[in-house]
Amino acid sequence: MKKFVALILILALGLCASLAVADGAVRLGIINNPPSESGYRAANVADFARVFSAENGYEVMTYYSLKNDEQISAAQGFITDGVDYLLISAADTTGWDETLTQAQEAGVRVFLFDRMIDCDPSLYEAAVVSDMATEGITAVTWLKSLELPEYKVVHIQGVMGTDAQRGRTAALDAEFAAGTMTKVVQQTGNWSADEAKLIVEAVINSGESFNVIYAENDDMARGAVAALDDAGITHGTAEGAQVVVMGFDCNKWALRELLAGNWNYDGQCSPFQADVIDGMIKNLEAGTALEGLNEAKQIISVEKGFDARTITEEDINAYGLGE
Amino acid sequence: MKKQKRPTGLTQLLVPLIALLLLVLFNLIRDPSFFSVEMTANNNGDPVLTGNLISILNGASEMAILAMGMTLVTAASGGQDISVGALSTIAASMFIKVLRGGASINAGTLLLGFLLSCLVAMAFGAFNGTLVAVFRIQPMIATLILYTCGRSIAYWINGGASPTVNSPLVSALGGFIPGIPIPTPVLIVLGVGLLFALAFRFTSLGLYMQTVGINQGAARLNGINAVGMKLLAFILLGACCSVSGIIGASRLSMVNHEQLMLDIEMDAILAVAIGGNSLGGGKFRMTGSIIGAYVIQALTTTLYAMKVASTDIKAYKALVIILLVVIASPVVKQKVAHLVGKMRSNAVGKEAA
Repeated sequence: MKKFVALILILALGLCASLAVADGAVRLGIINNPPSESGYRAANVADFARVFSAENGYEVMTYYSLKNDEQISAAQGFITDGVDYLLISAADTTGWDETLTQAQEAGVRVFLFDRMIDCDPSLYEAAVVSDMATEGITAVTWLKSLELPEYKVVHIQGVMGTDAQRGRTAALDAEFAAGTMTKVVQQTGNWSADEAKLIVEAVINSGESFNVIYAENDDMARGAVAALDDAGITHGTAEGAQVVVMGFDCNKWALRELLAGNWNYDGQCSPFQADVIDGMIKNLEAGTALEGLNEAKQIISVEKGFDARTITEEDINAYGLGE
Repeated sequence: MKKQKRPTGLTQLLVPLIALLLLVLFNLIRDPSFFSVEMTANNNGDPVLTGNLISILNGASEMAILAMGMTLVTAASGGQDISVGALSTIAASMFIKVLRGGASINAGTLLLGFLLSCLVAMAFGAFNGTLVAVFRIQPMIATLILYTCGRSIAYWINGGASPTVNSPLVSALGGFIPGIPIPTPVLIVLGVGLLFALAFRFTSLGLYMQTVGINQGAARLNGINAVGMKLLAFILLGACCSVSGIIGASRLSMVNHEQLMLDIEMDAILAVAIGGNSLGGGKFRMTGSIIGAYVIQALTTTLYAMKVASTDIKAYKALVIILLVVIASPVVKQKVAHLVGKMRSNAVGKEAA
């Protein structure tokens, strides 16, 4: 009886597989982090769902996990299922070599998005990623363009050691080292609004003066602003405001703070990689070579920085994450 | 033979009080203006108190309320609830959901939000309590379930990442009520503390809780419903989670299901331990736990004020905590008591000679 059931299952699976292949769709296996991880990830997942749809000629299998080993076994499953392409945003940078080699041997082509993997670039076609260091440079360049008489910066960092923290910190650290800006305090808020609020409260209570808040994400900028509000310190674009407020990630609610003139700057971290990958897959299917890759086979997402003086409602709708 | 002197409540409070005193002294020497409190106007033009002291009192609010509930659970069940951070986030999400659901935010929707969030949190508390009291699962294991899935549940309630609300009423709840210069969360802690004080004064709640914690069988034989008491402890902790979750969400008018009150369960348990309560259950002093919460917050604020490097902050915090916990441990206490006893008898001996 068990054998019979198993046989039926195998037949059914085979039928499904052959049906799926029959309609000529491009078969994708997408491995990502779960949308609940963050606003960034939710927008990322939605972007992929929008582009890689049945109407656009794709047949998609997705797997979400925050755990590297679960992602790897899912990838192996997709290879066995015979997908044409694997799209991976890895939970961890290591441990993928064997699986990617398997994919290569099976003729499955791999794209990385959002996060790099430590492996030989020959194992993937291309990686579409953000360059956090450039995000930092864009923000600091904007800050310098304000030409304030002096820069006394409260710097609230993300979780230490993360890509985003290192990139966004580097540009500002360079200014501190060069002496063009003064570091009032530099402390990690661990991406948390509450911790950022406590840090800024401590600075205010110490009586030290500062005129810039550089928070490495929107949540921490919000926490910092709450502390400013409690202490009666003005901020934003209003005439005579005491503190310039900067955040990152471009959540919709954060961009609305910009539009209202409460904050001054928000740096984008683009979760929109699907269109670029879609274009490259079409190229490969047509047999043309991929263009615009650097030596690590990366394509760096174009990322903006928004200024409260110029931001529009359209920007919020086009680039804002979440709702 | 000399009768062994039973430790009074005050000796239990000695360790947290000394810790607090040392922190205060340390800060006064380091920076005499550390505790200065000033009256300023906030950006709405309302008078508010600011200063490190206010930061500490204000910042510890969520932890203090959770520590009160945690003390009861610890006393009755002899274990700790590690899901309070996740449960507070669920409660906060529920609160924000109700506020966002209505056409406008007024006192009525605030009350409705609080009631619903409280109800949900108490239901989850009852779930934890049932696992512990009825199925006799170790509290830490039982609450591990909600600890693991709680933030995902909060995400479902949110229906997306980080919903925000924009209302002066919510800002007042997490910040300052116009005209009152004391932070609202501090007032809420006072209110919750008062409720517990009244409950202990006019009911046998405290006595029953610790009786169940000391000896469940004896408690039952004396007609105390042990299962019911444990269940009640978890439900009350659920209510505490709801209150502290609402404070947490109102502070910034936002719920980030991944970040809100992250790791607060550890601080709340620590507050109970610093308060001199046995984590094995039985006798307890809620005042100790509350002081413990302020000790932890004072430590955090001190480290921020000293501009300790980001990467080192947790290490310093751990150092101080190791010190506190070791000093409060029964072994050290016994040694000290022994030493004091010896010195006394020596003195008596000399007098006699």
